[in-house]
Amino acid sequence: MSERIVPLVRKKQIIELSDSGKRTDGRSLTDYRKITIQTGVIEKADGSSIAMIGDTRVAAGVKFEIGDPFPDIPNEGVMQVGAEFVPFASPDFEPGKPDEVAVELARVVDRGLRESKMIDTSKLCIVPGKKVWIVHVDVYILDHCGNLIDTAALAALTALLTSTMPEACLEGDEVKLTGKRLPMPICDLPVNVTLAKIGDKMFVDPSFEEEEVLDCRISVAFKENGMLCAMQKGESGYLTVEEVLRAVEIAKDKSQELRKKVTEAINVAK
Amino acid sequence: MDKSTVTKLISDDGIRCDGRKVDEIRPIKFQLGVLKNTDGSAYVEWGRTKILVGVMGPRESHPKHLALADRARIDAFYRMASFSVEEWKSPAPSRREVELSKVIREALQPAVFVEYFPRTSIDIFIEVLQADGSTRCASISAASLALVDAGIPMRDLVSSIAVGKVEGKLVLDVQDKEDKAGESDMPMAYMPTKNAVTLLQMDGQITYEEFQQSMEMLKKGCLEVYKKQREAIESHFKVVEPASEEA
Repeated sequence: MSERIVPLVRKKQIIELSDSGKRTDGRSLTDYRKITIQTGVIEKADGSSIAMIGDTRVAAGVKFEIGDPFPDIPNEGVMQVGAEFVPFASPDFEPGKPDEVAVELARVVDRGLRESKMIDTSKLCIVPGKKVWIVHVDVYILDHCGNLIDTAALAALTALLTSTMPEACLEGDEVKLTGKRLPMPICDLPVNVTLAKIGDKMFVDPSFEEEEVLDCRISVAFKENGMLCAMQKGESGYLTVEEVLRAVEIAKDKSQELRKKVTEAINVAK
Repeated sequence: MDKSTVTKLISDDGIRCDGRKVDEIRPIKFQLGVLKNTDGSAYVEWGRTKILVGVMGPRESHPKHLALADRARIDAFYRMASFSVEEWKSPAPSRREVELSKVIREALQPAVFVEYFPRTSIDIFIEVLQADGSTRCASISAASLALVDAGIPMRDLVSSIAVGKVEGKLVLDVQDKEDKAGESDMPMAYMPTKNAVTLLQMDGQITYEEFQQSMEMLKKGCLEVYKKQREAIESHFKVVEPASEEA
């Protein structure tokens, strides 16, 4: 029990501060920490990015691979997101295969990107029904200081937005690379906003110490046109229906701010 | 997929491919106490979805260092049988099953008085025998009955249902066909008397207004499931008439 006492004392403090709209790090309840995005950091990747929200740091790399299509969508390429929790990112991370936290993170980031239909996967087809591009988007958690989901989503998104894809052609029965590169078939710019519920308040972009005491979190992904494209409640607490509605409203508002940051980072890259 | 080959899933007068109205749930049958070797169990047939849930515990945690000093730990294991879907599925847990196990555990945990059973484990084993949509909702609803059957004190039952968007219309309780062809799927788990949303997920595309409507439909749908859960409990446990005071 001893390991829970400090967070529980801290929780009281966090809740008391939040009654006057404040947080332990000086932010308001709806503020994000400082966001920095650096793209094109890994030359050998087809696209890459390191995103930071506060001190949380996530690297994302995109790699194209020639593979087989899924039988039910024979003429479309495939995008898949993986997550690796590097042990130096937190004393709680252990070496080994991804645990349920890593699997959930990868799948939440994956859904946000996939369901927005940000990539025109029909353009990733090489030989209809036979060969397509598999787009691996792997996020590496490098430093965990809270809100991994939004940071990983930002890194993955900006890595994809700044990717180029190899051009392939058919020579006889063989798929060959031409050596030329093509622009990514991008159709949308989805962003993910996470809020934590602590006491009866909602905290945008929870810090590490806020995450230690949160009741639960809710993440919502929005398309450019404001439509919702993914949502996930996490951790063992609950939200009332009214809290859900309010959280989504706040998230919708914040999503525009995040998207602006992404656009700025992309323009710098260009 | 070629859209023209897809048959319509909702007719012009608002009837779905299995004859239901847009806000109508499938026939749901819960049964408690179906297994002999567990502390509590439940079986559900939810349309063609068939799921067995067994609860073991509260019992000693294995390994012991995982035990929590001030409460019971809950674990959920959501698994799909290899024959539960159209094509053979590897029995090894997929990433989807790992994630669902996590969110199902988190959906049930707020209902259980875990602080009554420090240093113990409550294991919830979910075996999907046949999957035809909404398996996580059926799993959560059945698991909360298995917990009741195990005699574990709870704040409320957890009831769960999903709303999907099919051909532009919001429909309650999506079945497999509608989920695959539909534009979105949004499952929720809810403790009705606590107004507590314990699971909420969404994928696909909906507008903000559709999201608000979905929340209303989900609340109503969960109440219907709640009613069926209570009926199952009442039919399983014998009601003992209080002894008459005049002897």
